[in-house]
Amino acid sequence: MKIAVCVKQVPAKDAPLHIAPDGTWIRETDISFEMNEPDSYALEEALRLKEKHGGEVVAISLGPERAKQTLKEALAKGADRAIHIADEEFYRLDPLAAAQALARALEPERCDLVLTGLQSDDHGFGQTGVLLAELLGLPHATIIMSIEVQDGSLRLKRELEAGWFQWIELPLPALLTIQSGINKVRYATLKGIMAAKKKEIRTIPRTELLPSLAPTQKLERIYVPEKTKKTEFLQGPPKEVAAKLLEKLKHEARVLGSS
Amino acid sequence: MPAFPGVDFIDFDSLLTDEEKLVRQTARQFVDEQVLPIIEACNREGRFPTELIPQIAELGFLGANLTGYGCAGMSNVEYGLVMQELERGDSGLRSFVSVQSALVMYPIYTYGSEAQKEKWLPRLQSGKAIGCFGLTEPQFGSNPGGMLTRARRKGDRYILNGEKMWITNGSVADVCLIWAKTEDDVVRGFLVERGTPGLKAWDVHGKWSLRASVTSGLAMTDCEIPAENLLPGAEGLKAALSCLTQARYGIGWGAIGAAMACYDTALRYARTRKQFANRPIASHQLVQDKLVWMITEITKAQLLALHVGRLKDRGRAHHTHISMLKMNNVWMALETARKARDILGANGIVDDYCIMRHMNNLESVYTYEGTHDIHKLVIGERITGIAAYV
Repeated sequence: MKIAVCVKQVPAKDAPLHIAPDGTWIRETDISFEMNEPDSYALEEALRLKEKHGGEVVAISLGPERAKQTLKEALAKGADRAIHIADEEFYRLDPLAAAQALARALEPERCDLVLTGLQSDDHGFGQTGVLLAELLGLPHATIIMSIEVQDGSLRLKRELEAGWFQWIELPLPALLTIQSGINKVRYATLKGIMAAKKKEIRTIPRTELLPSLAPTQKLERIYVPEKTKKTEFLQGPPKEVAAKLLEKLKHEARVLGSS
Repeated sequence: MPAFPGVDFIDFDSLLTDEEKLVRQTARQFVDEQVLPIIEACNREGRFPTELIPQIAELGFLGANLTGYGCAGMSNVEYGLVMQELERGDSGLRSFVSVQSALVMYPIYTYGSEAQKEKWLPRLQSGKAIGCFGLTEPQFGSNPGGMLTRARRKGDRYILNGEKMWITNGSVADVCLIWAKTEDDVVRGFLVERGTPGLKAWDVHGKWSLRASVTSGLAMTDCEIPAENLLPGAEGLKAALSCLTQARYGIGWGAIGAAMACYDTALRYARTRKQFANRPIASHQLVQDKLVWMITEITKAQLLALHVGRLKDRGRAHHTHISMLKMNNVWMALETARKARDILGANGIVDDYCIMRHMNNLESVYTYEGTHDIHKLVIGERITGIAAYV
């Protein structure tokens, strides 16, 4: 079974974030990066499927030069080779453009299975995986908590709301977006890290796969949640004040249901 | 418990390769997830967490900078980063890996016969066998050349008599590398296997330091071993000291880890602990003075360790370079622990925080593998050309 795993490099969880001067991305100079957590579960799942059913795991990442670190981690953990779609301004891509670039790189691979994390811990669109499925012409299923491979098809457990799960079947080839916690992620062993030094990372500039961008959405501004403080005195007879207060609690403060 | 974010004031990481950062990440995650949740209890109970050995081995930490026999073949910088993270967990844990790797596997690898290497290295690398290093004696610490332990040749056997002290892993070792003088007064290394008649091991109790580590005494009374257990390549005290140079190199990195743990704890504490006008104590100039001292010394220690590591990778590290690394970094870590304890006030003395454990551990590290003062004399001799040991 040939499996591709999309792994994204994102700012480390505890990284102190500062907004870059242009206001549409963060300042990257003084923070560290790590593999997007849901993607690390997707990678682990791919490695386990390979160990069980044989085949190949190809890790793919779209991002700047530093994203190679994340690909090396994937190789160290057991992926066989990696593809790096190089784009220093990756953060300007909307999920559709990212999916298009990934699709063009993955098309010639003809994978049996494509895995992505459910969403990324930075932008958090949760769209790249499903858009990629559409572009590759593959059926997809999201929020996967368990994968069983049967002859030519998959039996999958999806996580629904409120503690509910759903079992579904899907033909292969397919794309799955993986939920965090599906497995226990392995460490890269020192031998694995050594072995990874000899594995291939093929770099393709994003502009080669997707020369021009036609954004369907654009990040206007990112900002730290702004706190505003406003004091308003309600005046009038108590009955009116109470009615106004109720109105405000329902519709402005939204701390009461409006039904 | 939040993941350890690392301590990096001057973009030290830009000096590391991706592989070096990956190695550190593996050790860092292992320590955060497997060691920190249990280490305070181990320290209280005075027990080494043997349950971690299989995973330590599987991750490749044992003999990591050796090549072949199942070893990972890491560079010295990569090995150093592992030591740093392990000692951020606990000096006892790092000691375990240091002893196994630098004091048992390294000498067998460097001075052993092919048969000795084949027999022991794969087992030591996989954690299926534990080793210990017997050089120090009750009466001879800084001056190991005065050792009283003797090895007498009798046909195809050697008969060992003597006593060793302060031996990490001594009572749990499957193989003890014992240094003893032969009849011609030359120091040689001997592999003594567990269960050999005449070999006795006992544990040192009442330690206030390295409590999560096994420290033993060993006694050999007419302890007979096959002559082929002699390490053929190790002749003279120099061979034993060369092993200590390897171990000390790891300590030089490890101490940074202990210091990072104390600094990180003190910094978090100072930013949240409020005193006087409901302001965090980090707003006090005297507290900032301590924190700045720590980050400055940690940064200098990192640069020293990395430079010596790069020299070692190029085969250009002199043992006196490593003396300076060990001397400076352990001192720096101990001072960091003391200042961190001060910042935490009364909270600093309980094992809700790691500080007192690290501080107590570092008192041992300050002394073992060449005391702080002995390293001063080693460096002093190098720069003046005059030995001042007596």
